[in-house]
Amino acid sequence: MSSLLTDRALLWLGALLYLAGFLTGLVALTRRTAPAGLRTILNTLLVGGWGFQMAGLYVRGLAVGGCPLGNTFEIVQFVAWSAMVLYFFVGTTFRGSLLGLFTAGYAASLALVSLLVPAWDLTRGQKIFGNNPWIELHAALAVFSYGVFGLLALTALMHLLQNWSLKHKRLNGLFWFLPSVVQLDQINFRLLMLGVLLLTFSLGVGALWWVRDTASVDYPKLFVTLGVWSVYLVVWLLRWRAKLVSVRFAWVCLVMFIIALLSLGPVNSSRHHEVVLTPGSR
Amino acid sequence: MEPTAPVLFILGASHHTAPLAVRERLALDETRAAGLAEQLRALPGVTEFTLLNTCNRVEIYGVARRPDTLPALRAVVAQTTGCAPAELEGVLRLRHNHEAIAHLFSVASGLDSQVVGETEILGQVKAAYDAALARQWTGPVLNRVFQKTFQAAKHIRTHTGIGAGQVSTATVAVDLAGRIFGELDTSKVLVVGAGDIGLKTAQAFQSRGATSITVASRTLSNAEATAAQTGGWAASLAELPELLTAADIVASSTSAPGFVLTAELVAAAMKRRAARPLFLIDLALPRDIDPAAAALANVFLYNLDDLATIAEGNLAQREAEAAKGRVIVAERTAALWPQVAHSLNRPA
Repeated sequence: MSSLLTDRALLWLGALLYLAGFLTGLVALTRRTAPAGLRTILNTLLVGGWGFQMAGLYVRGLAVGGCPLGNTFEIVQFVAWSAMVLYFFVGTTFRGSLLGLFTAGYAASLALVSLLVPAWDLTRGQKIFGNNPWIELHAALAVFSYGVFGLLALTALMHLLQNWSLKHKRLNGLFWFLPSVVQLDQINFRLLMLGVLLLTFSLGVGALWWVRDTASVDYPKLFVTLGVWSVYLVVWLLRWRAKLVSVRFAWVCLVMFIIALLSLGPVNSSRHHEVVLTPGSR
Repeated sequence: MEPTAPVLFILGASHHTAPLAVRERLALDETRAAGLAEQLRALPGVTEFTLLNTCNRVEIYGVARRPDTLPALRAVVAQTTGCAPAELEGVLRLRHNHEAIAHLFSVASGLDSQVVGETEILGQVKAAYDAALARQWTGPVLNRVFQKTFQAAKHIRTHTGIGAGQVSTATVAVDLAGRIFGELDTSKVLVVGAGDIGLKTAQAFQSRGATSITVASRTLSNAEATAAQTGGWAASLAELPELLTAADIVASSTSAPGFVLTAELVAAAMKRRAARPLFLIDLALPRDIDPAAAALANVFLYNLDDLATIAEGNLAQREAEAAKGRVIVAERTAALWPQVAHSLNRPA
């Protein structure tokens, strides 16, 4: 029993439940009317997936003796997990909308890709947090903010789709279920603010320890992280001052997240002290 | 085939069988409805009945213990409405037993309505039944049939898309506004033009919760008259640049020969209103709003053709969904009819 429920097995179960949720929602979309109880079924699958994913990350955390954010696989899994946590809070305000479907698809994609690319989980940083809970908090908050930005990218995509459907008068099918433009704009702004706050707090905590030991952080990681943070901060300021609104704002949120996601590679590869993982060490 | 045993019947005329002029003559006001009810009560063998009287149909649902009573029903309707019996040939249609149940299910669910899927009819059927119940015109058979009718209608509306999408230009416009702004209670509506179309559009928005409505017209007194009917404010067209900046939804229906809202005017307003979207509805012919305004970011422009196309599309989809509704009607009729037949044959 215990040999079957390894961290990866639990993470596989989580990813497959996300996928099942996504497919369930997709099938329902092909009908004009959603079958009774669809939302309950979808949410049950997502909660189940999230539970298995959390259990997998917990088992991994026990094995590595800390927060499981030591390689690309773990970071991507954590980003997917964070997005799902946020959906459970934000999703309740999206009555009968597509956010659950979009989040399920997004989380399933991230989780499955991370599981299907063995190279992402062959090595991991050794004692990268130096047994310092503050550094662990810094890392967890930073990755969690990526989860927020991920969800923001999804709501930004929904905004673009809704805007396109209204501009081009294509109002049926998928577009029927999208929330209103104003609701999406408001949620985009709030998610951006939340992401910026979390990342700012995370960088603040990290900076306090970095000034004590500047050699502990590589410059590529420092510049990329500060770059992502400053661009998101500027985007938030522009939106707050109503200088960047509507479709342009949504596009920027979407593109920024793709850039932020791509930045995870350089950030992670700049770490020292990697060890090769074997099945026994997981 | 005429029934020989006690029978559940429906006799009536609707938009399917009678043109508007005939329906107008058949329509029952309060006095005529009371007169018809008295005559039905006096008919030997009619033990239960309900009168459904809407702008599109006049129907009697009833139970006749003696089937030979049925021919007399036509005479009663002719007498009450003042129509010659020959005029009602082909207009009044009689259905029996399970056909009558299926018809009532179709009527109450909106499957038989002129605009398929409209919701008003269910309320009208409920009101007709409640009135009959209160006057003790109904009995065990009709009570059961109507209760099952309400369940069937609800089931059909929930499990098919017959009510999905709006099918009139005004309600399509309101629906679109909901997709832009969500709840409309905080949206500011500006109606340009004080005519009947403007009034109807303002009322449609009002019915969906819009509370801030301004009517602007070239003649201020006309704007004031229309605004008074919607509880809104009146303004002159000269104030349009300022009004446009403040409004979220603009419905224009003037008879002006050129554009009342030019693209430049809309662009200038959008600069001042920052992040808020603007929904422009052009209900005029010739058009009031420059089509070039549609290219502006955060501006959504719909004209009469756009709204009509959406309404027609929604109606076509409702018609397609109606087939599913008819299957449910057939299933539920088959399930209910044996129980009703048993009740009909029980000694009174």
